[in-house]
Amino acid sequence: MNWISNYVRPKINSLFSRREVPENLWTKCPECGTMLFHRELSDNLNVCTNCDHHMAITPRERFNALFDSGIFTEVKIPEPIADPLHFRDQKKYPDRLKAAQKATGEKEAMLVAEGEMGRTPIVAAAQDFSFMGGSMGMYVGNAIIAAAERAVKLKRPLVLFSAAGGARMQEGILSLMQMPRTTVAVQMLREANLPYIVVLTHPTTGGVTASYAMLGDVQIAEPNALICFAGPRVIEQTIREKLPEGFQRAEYLLDHGMLDRVTHRMKMRDELITILRMLMRLPPPVAGDLPAPEKAETAEKPAEAAPAKGKKA
Amino acid sequence: MTTYLEFEKPLAEIEGKAEELRALARKNEEMDVEKEAAALDKKAADLLRDLYKDLSPWRKCQVARHPDRPHCKDYIDALFTEFTPLAGDRNFADDHAVMGGIARLNDEPVVVIGHEKGHDTNSRIRHNFGMARPEGYRKAIRLMDMADRFGLPVVTLIDTPGAYPGKGAEERGQSEAIARSTQKCLTIGVPLISVIVGEGGSGGAVAFATADRVAMLEHSVYSVISPEGCASILWKDAEKMREAAEALRLTAQDLRKLGVIDRIIKEPTGGAQRGRDAAIAAVGSEIALMLAEMSGRKSSDLVKERRRRYLDLGNKGLAA
Repeated sequence: MNWISNYVRPKINSLFSRREVPENLWTKCPECGTMLFHRELSDNLNVCTNCDHHMAITPRERFNALFDSGIFTEVKIPEPIADPLHFRDQKKYPDRLKAAQKATGEKEAMLVAEGEMGRTPIVAAAQDFSFMGGSMGMYVGNAIIAAAERAVKLKRPLVLFSAAGGARMQEGILSLMQMPRTTVAVQMLREANLPYIVVLTHPTTGGVTASYAMLGDVQIAEPNALICFAGPRVIEQTIREKLPEGFQRAEYLLDHGMLDRVTHRMKMRDELITILRMLMRLPPPVAGDLPAPEKAETAEKPAEAAPAKGKKA
Repeated sequence: MTTYLEFEKPLAEIEGKAEELRALARKNEEMDVEKEAAALDKKAADLLRDLYKDLSPWRKCQVARHPDRPHCKDYIDALFTEFTPLAGDRNFADDHAVMGGIARLNDEPVVVIGHEKGHDTNSRIRHNFGMARPEGYRKAIRLMDMADRFGLPVVTLIDTPGAYPGKGAEERGQSEAIARSTQKCLTIGVPLISVIVGEGGSGGAVAFATADRVAMLEHSVYSVISPEGCASILWKDAEKMREAAEALRLTAQDLRKLGVIDRIIKEPTGGAQRGRDAAIAAVGSEIALMLAEMSGRKSSDLVKERRRRYLDLGNKGLAA
């Protein structure tokens, strides 16, 4: 009605609301507490710019950064039958699946793609820890088999990024049977003499570690990733003693001869290119050899971060 | 001395009463209790049959873990001749949770490998309750390799709560050892048959049970996780193990429906722990049958079919 309510109050309100920062723009590093701006964090592939703590990264984000210009084609994965055991705990398994699909926007816990990385044709598979703990059920098993079959067909190496709490209990024995099933997939690659590189990311545990994740020709881990069969809590309960600092972390496993390398996420792509080109008997990568980043017409996903990433090789 | 399980308590009471009566009669010759005792015996037998007719999954877990069930060593002693244990992984140690060696089954040489749990406190500690360390899996890998080179079929007997969750086991690559053992199972060109005689505990079992033919004793179990473990994760309450056992479908009957195992071996009434000799004999004839089925096949066909078996597994769910 008057000057105050028509002009002053909205002005004040707008000043205050402008100062309010939308929460999702900032992420707090769980390790050092630094507040990280979202763009800065995603440019650094979800690694803290202050303390180098490696946070989780989705398969899609990873592939955008991994493949040249962020261009990749998804490999189709045969659909397993849903909820084979009619499993129900406090919730029904199909409800848990639906909730995970809604939360992640992904269909299941593994994404398989083909494309070029530093002009080296590869097939890549990545496990999604945010999808029911990345757990290995029929779908993940099918994904790894599909990845191996595709790699063999195209005569390409397979790079697999593991991240999982283990087998998916809701699929009972059928999740356990993914251990031999995925091992058959690894065997296909071995017999075709194609490199199989496993990148172990935080965390990789249980039946996943005890099958395809430990059978790579080259085993690389991200820094400080937890990699184990039995988790630290289970072991502490069993042996009733405190475990040493860094137990079952990537560096600890490297020291104990279980890994070839521990590599920072920002250096992973270059390292994979170097190793794979040697194992595939290809000439060394030349950075200037790459074409200028194109505006991807064949792109599966219009990748935002693509242009910057294309030059890395 | 019979060890009674929790759900067998009513049975223990009846059998105890019969025993008491007979003890009384032995002291006092004028008493004639045989008629009453015989009635109690019959009641006990009926109850036993009823209890075991339709065991719930959780009860089956208890039966599978029964301390008096025949273990690997009992089967080997009774069924095989000339058993020659072979020890060590050639790297670090010999793991007593896994026993293995060469032996004859009906005069034919085979390699036999299995988990041994032990039968009293001392032997249980010595065998680490059947929980293998990496050395156990690496010993098995070595034996399977040998079987492959000399063309001997492999028989594995599964009875483990799971691989040992210990500090040293992890440091020496528990997961890698299990993965390599499963891989070895999938590459050897000789028949590989497996019998789950007690507990088939997760990855520790898969490492030996990835076979051409898998059989299970009627009341044994095979699961991705123990019902207690599953209950504490999914129900946030370890006491919900009955529900978890139900949901996990870990009984021989369900696993047969899912196509994970091929055959179910019948146990005597009251379980293998009450009729050890009969159970051992039944396992023996089943092993012989399965070996006969696999004999004469080409190495490459064996490997191909074994892989196919696992690739196709689970595609039909409970309708398989």
